Amino acid sequence: MNLNFKHEWVETNIGLMVVLTMLAISIGGLVEIAPLFFIDNTIEKVDGVRPYTPLEQRGRDIYQREGCYLCHSQMIRPFRDEKLRYGHYSLAAESQYDHPFQWGSKRTGPDLARVGGKYSNEWHVQHLTAPRSMVPESVMPNYPWLSKTPLDISDITDRMKALREVGVPYSLTDAEYKANVAKFGETVAKQLHIPNAQQSIVEQANFGNYDGDRSGISEMDALVAYLQVLGTMVDFNKYKDDTFVNDR
Amino acid sequence: MSEQKLQSQTVQTTGHAWDGDLQEYNNPLPVWWVYTFYITVLFAIVYWVIYPSWPFGKTWIGGVSNVTYVNSDGQTKTHAWNTRALLMADLNKADAAQKPYFDKVAAMSYAQIAKDPEMSGFILSAGKALFADNCAPCHQAGGQGKLGFFPNLTDDDWLYGGTFDKIHQTITGGRHGYMPTFSEVLSGDQIDQLANYVASLSGIGHDAAKAAAGNTLFHSETAACYYCHGVDAKGRKEIGSANLTDDIWLWANVPGAATAEGKVAAIHNVIASGLNKGVMPAWGGRLSPEQIKVLTVYVHELGGGQ
Repeated sequence: MNLNFKHEWVETNIGLMVVLTMLAISIGGLVEIAPLFFIDNTIEKVDGVRPYTPLEQRGRDIYQREGCYLCHSQMIRPFRDEKLRYGHYSLAAESQYDHPFQWGSKRTGPDLARVGGKYSNEWHVQHLTAPRSMVPESVMPNYPWLSKTPLDISDITDRMKALREVGVPYSLTDAEYKANVAKFGETVAKQLHIPNAQQSIVEQANFGNYDGDRSGISEMDALVAYLQVLGTMVDFNKYKDDTFVNDR
Repeated sequence: MSEQKLQSQTVQTTGHAWDGDLQEYNNPLPVWWVYTFYITVLFAIVYWVIYPSWPFGKTWIGGVSNVTYVNSDGQTKTHAWNTRALLMADLNKADAAQKPYFDKVAAMSYAQIAKDPEMSGFILSAGKALFADNCAPCHQAGGQGKLGFFPNLTDDDWLYGGTFDKIHQTITGGRHGYMPTFSEVLSGDQIDQLANYVASLSGIGHDAAKAAAGNTLFHSETAACYYCHGVDAKGRKEIGSANLTDDIWLWANVPGAATAEGKVAAIHNVIASGLNKGVMPAWGGRLSPEQIKVLTVYVHELGGGQ
């Protein structure tokens, strides 16, 4: 220690105190977070994970707007009981395009990380509209307006541009589009191309008819499309049961 | 005052004065606090040695603690402590307890399982848990189904067949119900005639003249109902078309209608609008073959197995 150091300097110099205080309190966060950016296995190398299509992304926006995350987590932990109920534990790679991620820790309702494909669209529509008609003991609120409210797709390109700014590979230029074709295949790359966004929403909603009503695209279409893709991107049957042990 | 005086004699001040005369004592930290602090430092060092801790280049120091597990290839592996390896070890332990039963399930035929009292106890408990996790949201906790949405699994009326093989096929591959929309092909009167005919098949109050006309229409090329529902209107299990003669309803809300007219109207609605629902997801990729086998027997034993 420098013998000339006087505590008085810090106490009498508020600017210095602010800087030193911030340094002291950021150490805890830095040592936990910073190494993750440099460690190779933080995001597991796994096939199939892609950004959400514009329709799914709008569904995700509605998921957040309605506060679904307040009761539902999207993080299956590596415990036997969770594996039996929900399926394979969640990988970091599976939420790499989520901004913000929806891991959560509050489970008033079940975890939704792998709810995709588990129930039919019809079940989701009925369950979101009137949960107790499907699950009598449920405490989930009714969301009857979802199928009545037309989906607002006017600002989808802005939304995708914002996500692109934080690193989601939605493409704006030809070069980016070609990179996506190489990475995700042409069908997916077309859906991730920002100039195609509105058309992509219409096509996916018409093809999937998620809310069972062909007269228009509702918020229900988007939300169910999002729920049905959750946890389905990685085909775990392609990997051995201990493949991802080595990543941690 | 006297205490303050005493302290001022034994404890030094920090040495600086504020606003002329404000001074600060420089008391030592309490002994218990200092030792607790040393213990936490020691704890941290022990923790670093045992568990994964410090990042090291592109990887990290794994610690001396290990987890040993057996993977699906039967290889025994030892890995530095982590929760994913712990899960593997935990699953190994559970497998060891359940394996004899699941091996038996895999080895036995459906007929053998159904006859074996020891197995039926296992099926009842394991099947119940599987059913509650995966099937109950649609088919409800007791398998009674939901009118208008999901079929009752406890009766002996099966859209796709109630044998072990058929139930197995349904669970593994999923199902998708479909009936064309007839409102564009047939007139309202024609649909009314058909509705009366279908009602007559189940002994529901109907207009006899309309039902007779509906009978002709049902078996004609105009409506061609018999293509899917069969000449005897008992349905064809290979395509999942409903048996219309048994007064068991899934899509038409006949039980919910109080009057005979209401019941006919409910049938009318389904014929007019058709169906593109009754989707059951495929469980083949989600559940293991043994789990599906357990569920098949469980559903079969809910009451209606054939």
